[in-house]
Amino acid sequence: MALEDLCGLQALGGSLRGSLGVGRYLDRSPIDFGQTAPDSVPAPDASGWSAGGPGGPDSAPGAGPDSAPGAVPLPFPTAHGTTTLGFLFQGGVLAAADTRSSCSGLVACPASRKVVPLHRHLLALGSGTSADIALWRRILARELRLYQLRHGRRLTTGGAAKLLALMLAGPPGGGAGTSRGGARLYYVCSDGKRLRGELFSVGSGSPYAYSVLDEEVRWGLSVEQAARAGREAVYRASRRDAYSGNCVDVFLVTARGWPNDEMSARGME
Amino acid sequence: MEYLIGIQGPDFVLVAADSVAASSIIKMKDDHDKMFKLSDNILLLCVGEAGDTVQFAEYIQKNVQLYKMRNGYELSPTAAANFTRKNLADYLRSRTPYHVNLLLAGYDQADGPALFYMDHLSALAKAPFAAHGYGAFLTLSILDRYYKPGGWTGEQDASLLSILNKRFILNLPSFNVRAIDKEGVHDLEKVCGREREREGRERESR
Repeated sequence: MALEDLCGLQALGGSLRGSLGVGRYLDRSPIDFGQTAPDSVPAPDASGWSAGGPGGPDSAPGAGPDSAPGAVPLPFPTAHGTTTLGFLFQGGVLAAADTRSSCSGLVACPASRKVVPLHRHLLALGSGTSADIALWRRILARELRLYQLRHGRRLTTGGAAKLLALMLAGPPGGGAGTSRGGARLYYVCSDGKRLRGELFSVGSGSPYAYSVLDEEVRWGLSVEQAARAGREAVYRASRRDAYSGNCVDVFLVTARGWPNDEMSARGME
Repeated sequence: MEYLIGIQGPDFVLVAADSVAASSIIKMKDDHDKMFKLSDNILLLCVGEAGDTVQFAEYIQKNVQLYKMRNGYELSPTAAANFTRKNLADYLRSRTPYHVNLLLAGYDQADGPALFYMDHLSALAKAPFAAHGYGAFLTLSILDRYYKPGGWTGEQDASLLSILNKRFILNLPSFNVRAIDKEGVHDLEKVCGREREREGRERESR
């Protein structure tokens, strides 16, 4: 990054870039698209089978996701003080999140954005450190745009979720979007789990939200009812969870994307 | 918490896996499929640490398919099992071991049905029946008592899984069941617990 270059931090052996494993993706793409670079050609496997290591397309056999040079463990356990949720219904995908950013017991920001649009048809809901979410939002948005330019079509929601899961160091979160095939909702976790489903909630307030959602959500909800259900679930979670609270952001993704008439007409966004 | 079972019959292999994907105390998904199709007649069932299962199983799956593309014929279940074991063993003493427990089930035209048990230390054993998870403590003894090489039928599978409903403290609501025979992999009816059937009826009547 620019500041790092200016300060000559390469001399430290790239220790900053290695943390969380994200350093590999700051200036190169996780998908190589057939381009070869000196350090991206995997070492030939003795048995002749090299479909790429399980950790990702650029790891040689025997290397793993954490073997990036200079990878350091996190200095403290990160909390996930958030309630975010998403569910599918007949009108598309509804996403809701609280807006509290907490930092060791104080509210660092009462109006943070946890639902981050990646592009017109894809939202990411993040739980984890805000810095990670901001970083991954930009890396993912870059990769999705590159894919679209190279292939002439948008990467599907499932593909975007898989990309994030393979990069393997993303904070827990979800991706909600519509693509060819309709509305999709995926949950991606930093331990590599990727699940496709119809209702997910992530964060410290998620158990409270799950219970409320399981009672209220069904396929036939109208847009208004769905927005109310999402808002109610985040509200109930933020009543009980100390690390969630302040306001509720509600987004609706339809086939026309997330800025759409149904939601803005009701002034809920 | 997760449960896998495989039973070899005279000319088929029956496998079942629970369908819960959990994260700490929350059931994130209750229709999760833990079986990976390696080829037309080999299935890999994989449980264990969250990201490792999918990563490792998909890696094996893609490599088995690559073998077929390169060589024009498929790996036999025995070869696939040994390939899987070798990979798991290679990663075991690396900095990133894969913590997964596997069952590999397949039908070979020459050798017939085969079921392999593999654990996270990459011990491989061919067995007539096998199970993973806490549920194994309850079901293996039933199989020890009642299994006969020529005499296991599909109906007995449902009664086997009902012992988990009766005695296991954790609720495993439903199981995906598949059978492999010379015609390939067949999906069988999901086995649901009583509670899930009731939920399904309630949801439909709302």
